[in-house]
Amino acid sequence: MSFLTLSGLVKRFGSTTVVHGFDLAVERGEFISLLGPSGCGKTTVLRMIAGFETPSAGHIIIDGADITRKRPAERNVGMVFQAYALFPNMNVADNIAFGMKIANMPQAAIEARVTEMLALIKLPDLAKRYPYQLSGGQQQRVALARALAVKPQVLLLDEPLSALDAKIRVSLREEIRALQQELGITTIFVTHDQEEALSMSDRVVVMNDGRAEQIGTPHMIYNHPKTRFVASFVGTLNMLEAQVEDPANGIITLAGHRVRVASGLDRLPPSASCMVALRPEALAINPAEPAANALPCTIVDVQFLGAIVRIKARCGDHILSVDTFNQTGAPAWSRGDAIALHFNSDEIVVLA
Amino acid sequence: MRESRIGAWIAMIIGTLYFLLPLIATFEFSLRLKRGEYSFEAYRVVFSDPRFRDSFSYSVTQALATIAVGLIIVVPTAYWVRLRAPQLRPLIEFITLLPLVIPAIVIVFGYLRIFNSSSLIPLTDTSLGTDALLMFGYVTLALPYLYRAIDTGLQAIDVRTLTESAESLGANTFTILAHVILPNIRAAVLSGAFLTFAIVIGEFTFAALLNRPAFGPYLQLIGANRAYEPSALAIMAFLVTWACMGLMQLFGRGVRMPATDTR
Repeated sequence: MSFLTLSGLVKRFGSTTVVHGFDLAVERGEFISLLGPSGCGKTTVLRMIAGFETPSAGHIIIDGADITRKRPAERNVGMVFQAYALFPNMNVADNIAFGMKIANMPQAAIEARVTEMLALIKLPDLAKRYPYQLSGGQQQRVALARALAVKPQVLLLDEPLSALDAKIRVSLREEIRALQQELGITTIFVTHDQEEALSMSDRVVVMNDGRAEQIGTPHMIYNHPKTRFVASFVGTLNMLEAQVEDPANGIITLAGHRVRVASGLDRLPPSASCMVALRPEALAINPAEPAANALPCTIVDVQFLGAIVRIKARCGDHILSVDTFNQTGAPAWSRGDAIALHFNSDEIVVLA
Repeated sequence: MRESRIGAWIAMIIGTLYFLLPLIATFEFSLRLKRGEYSFEAYRVVFSDPRFRDSFSYSVTQALATIAVGLIIVVPTAYWVRLRAPQLRPLIEFITLLPLVIPAIVIVFGYLRIFNSSSLIPLTDTSLGTDALLMFGYVTLALPYLYRAIDTGLQAIDVRTLTESAESLGANTFTILAHVILPNIRAAVLSGAFLTFAIVIGEFTFAALLNRPAFGPYLQLIGANRAYEPSALAIMAFLVTWACMGLMQLFGRGVRMPATDTR
């Protein structure tokens, strides 16, 4: 049995249902990200686990115990908020010690744990500082230490990096992931940032309109999106309309050209229309070794992005986006150049 | 530009004179008890009057009790409205403003009808009961100021997130209020408390009609019978009010807000 089980979670606010029958099974020590756009219900799911919202239906089970109706204070679930939520009247040490004082731990044990947590978040000298004397990144580290100090069964992170600048965000997400792995704590992380979700998680839950569209490893979510929403939300994608020609042999027609696909045509009849997806980085321009498929195109735009050169190419009625690494010796492409875009049959995804 | 500045200076000088001249005149008059010389004799007479000490200490006790009871009622209410029932805020604000539009004499007559010696709750039967009634009346009078001060303080902090983070760490509502919310609205609480203190110290209508030995009725009594001492008392009452305002400013500056930068 899973360590954390969410079964049939429903949340209604008046006549509006924001979470529809949400199911998720999380293993002990797993790092799960709930990824989706604003209003998709990801924060509501997290708040239901924390106990700040009561589910309209469904159950939340942690380590075999049903906590659905328990008050937040009785759940032993730690939470880190986007706005840090450090207590402004307490210094760093008192903030970290707060939960332990509530639990009536002996003073010596509290002090030892505070020292341990300060070392863990690499801020051993800031115990006496007040929150207003800390930077955003430091405050969020303290908030993390405060949540972890009481040894919660589950750690909930509600967009903890959103208020930070880009550089700190990247370094802190690496720290959070390292800490989570070091402590082996089961973690649910809410974000709308796909890069965060993909880089930190064991599994990602892509949410849309209160439902889990797809649950899978970052690799699966990125490379094998199951729905149009997942495909369009995660990463940049070329979405193209095609016609099924020979489903048995995996052949479709794309912009008038025969293209071989590895899978996904099983349930489609011949001549049916389907939507296919191709990642920009899966396409190669005039490669030395031709791939299984090739589409003749004309370049309509070239964007130099430093390490990456993004090329827009027209193929029939379709405009495809292609990403190539900037290499000193590679040809400099320009508008109007005729090229062939090559890709393997397993790179093309037939969407449901 | 220069003309508008001159106009502003003239307006400020006229305003300052308008407020200061009567005060200076009152202060100057309060020093004239001894014929032909300035002295603090009027102040000495006031301080040596046992009725002054009794009425002032009575009003101070009433003010402290009013502040305590007012805070016990207002802080949890304002907190609960902000956290759980924001839609009730207009209604609560309307209720707390009522003491400003209903004359004190109407309120106190209402109290006397409800709590007189032949009513179900005969508070006026005993001296202590009447003291309590007066104190509750003062809480009502202070409500507009106290509620607004506390509500403004709560507005300045993220009540919901602080509450939720404390809850997730195992705290109950009392602990959250006592250790998280109250310390962070300390300046607002003190502002409300000093305003309440200033209101109670000078209040006349409630105390006179309930026949309590408060400072307000004492001021009126002295004013009706003596010449120089009322001026000394007026200056002292102003000093108490200014001290309260000064303390509000002093504590108001000590608010620490969380950093918002993203370094």
